[in-house]
Amino acid sequence: MRTLTRGTGPAYWIVLTLTLVLFTAAFLLPLVWVLLGAFKPPAELAQQPPTLLPQTWEPGAYVDAWNYMDLGRFFLNTFVVAIGAWAVQMAVIVPAAYALSKLRPIFGNVVMGLMLATLMLPSTAVLVPVYLTLTDLGLLNNPAGIWLPAAANALNVYLLKRFFDQIPEELLEAARIDGAGTWTTLVRIVLPISRPILAVVSIFAVVAAWKDFIWPLLVFPDPAKQTLSVALQRFAPDTPINLLLAGLVLASLPMVALFLAFQRHILAGLTAGGVKG
Amino acid sequence: MRRHVTAYGFLSAALVVFAVFSWYPIVRGVVLSFQQVNFVTSPDWVGWENFERLFADPLFGVAWRNTLYFTLLALLLGFGVPFLTAVVLNELRHAKGYFRLLVYLPVMLPPVVTALLWKWFYDPGPGLFNSVLRGLGLPTSQWLDSADTSMISLVLVITWANMGSATLIYLATLQTIPGELYEAADLDGAGIFRKVRHVTIPQTKFVILMLLLLQVVATMQVFTEPFIMTGGGPEESTVTVLLLLYRYAFYYNDFGTASALSLILFAVLGVFSFLYLKITKKADA
Repeated sequence: MRTLTRGTGPAYWIVLTLTLVLFTAAFLLPLVWVLLGAFKPPAELAQQPPTLLPQTWEPGAYVDAWNYMDLGRFFLNTFVVAIGAWAVQMAVIVPAAYALSKLRPIFGNVVMGLMLATLMLPSTAVLVPVYLTLTDLGLLNNPAGIWLPAAANALNVYLLKRFFDQIPEELLEAARIDGAGTWTTLVRIVLPISRPILAVVSIFAVVAAWKDFIWPLLVFPDPAKQTLSVALQRFAPDTPINLLLAGLVLASLPMVALFLAFQRHILAGLTAGGVKG
Repeated sequence: MRRHVTAYGFLSAALVVFAVFSWYPIVRGVVLSFQQVNFVTSPDWVGWENFERLFADPLFGVAWRNTLYFTLLALLLGFGVPFLTAVVLNELRHAKGYFRLLVYLPVMLPPVVTALLWKWFYDPGPGLFNSVLRGLGLPTSQWLDSADTSMISLVLVITWANMGSATLIYLATLQTIPGELYEAADLDGAGIFRKVRHVTIPQTKFVILMLLLLQVVATMQVFTEPFIMTGGGPEESTVTVLLLLYRYAFYYNDFGTASALSLILFAVLGVFSFLYLKITKKADA
């Protein structure tokens, strides 16, 4: 396809090389630096000028970090929060989007409009009232305090509805003639067709829950219930630097693995949900 | 009739969740702004007192100034860098997958991890950045430890962490520009910069505007990075509106004043959200 330039001359190769070097330096080297840093003992980390490769390899830092910060517990907490947030959100928004798209009830447009209106609202504008509501309902220190507010995701309802809208009516009609009820039609016909959009919405729901900081910070005052993000910032001031680095690497691994596994879905979802309004 | 009942059955869970955690809190937030809450006795109506308290707080002005300064810097960097990156990447026909992978990788890292890592990089003593600067014989910086550079340091982290999404969205948009437009410009003898100005930018201006507004809304709510990296310091140079809101609510337990600040923030952001909606509508038509 034609773009700005069409050269494959020397200028092209210079720009390509520069971009490769710049990208590697900006995005890969800092992460490699941390990965290696966790293997260095604290004294070596304080050294000037810094060592490139560890002089003394201390692979034990990863194990020590795990034990020192009790990371197993926080990994488990974060998994419960993220998977639960995904499951609850799906259970809430899939039937809702299906109803709005295919059953088209009276005032359906009003409901969709009221949901979309919440997108105009910066999430932080309701920080205090949602926090107080969670307190009233006794949902502090309870993962449901994360799951339920996260399920009120208007953007995902809209994305699903828009996808369901494109499923031909005849397909659902045929299922109905075969005697399928509303629920059976959703599970047997609509969901299998909608796998691409369900994958995108699911991945983004899990990633958002894993990355979140401010809500778990408010919902889990009890240290034993906290997620990795909250626990790490609590431990940071008085943890030896090499152990902290190891902890940060470990906390990122699941998201990096998820990205490598579902890169195609994630990058496709970015442009689907992001711009095409 | 049965159809409507079934439909509302399917909608019921969503209606409850939205009502309790979205719609009701909006109303409650407005009400709280005019109340004094202490959890012991029932809330008192205090009129505009919460707003007056805010306006009298010297940090209120500081927080808004900081937030606007932050937003301005974040736009210059957070908008300019991804756009330029996307324009360059669109020209490259090698290592495409590698570039996309790398630029999006930081987006996947939890913000707390990024903030703590960069705090370590910024350490004026053995930190990575000053080590590199010293190695190159360049002057070093105090980064987060000086009121002059603290804000720009935060903006750098946030740009690094988030530019992947914007870059890839721009890249996808650039690929929808018809090649003939560039060919026509070539025939007119246009150089690269004229082509960017007269073809690339006009063809992508809706997406640019939309992302710009979304970015304003997102950056004005910045919290995690200043909370973890500076706590608002040094000399209150990184106290943002949200950090101030957090202090009122969770340090002073003054939920009324915190809500009043939310309401002001909402009004300001509402203008941008409204513009965003206008533009999306126009782009759709």
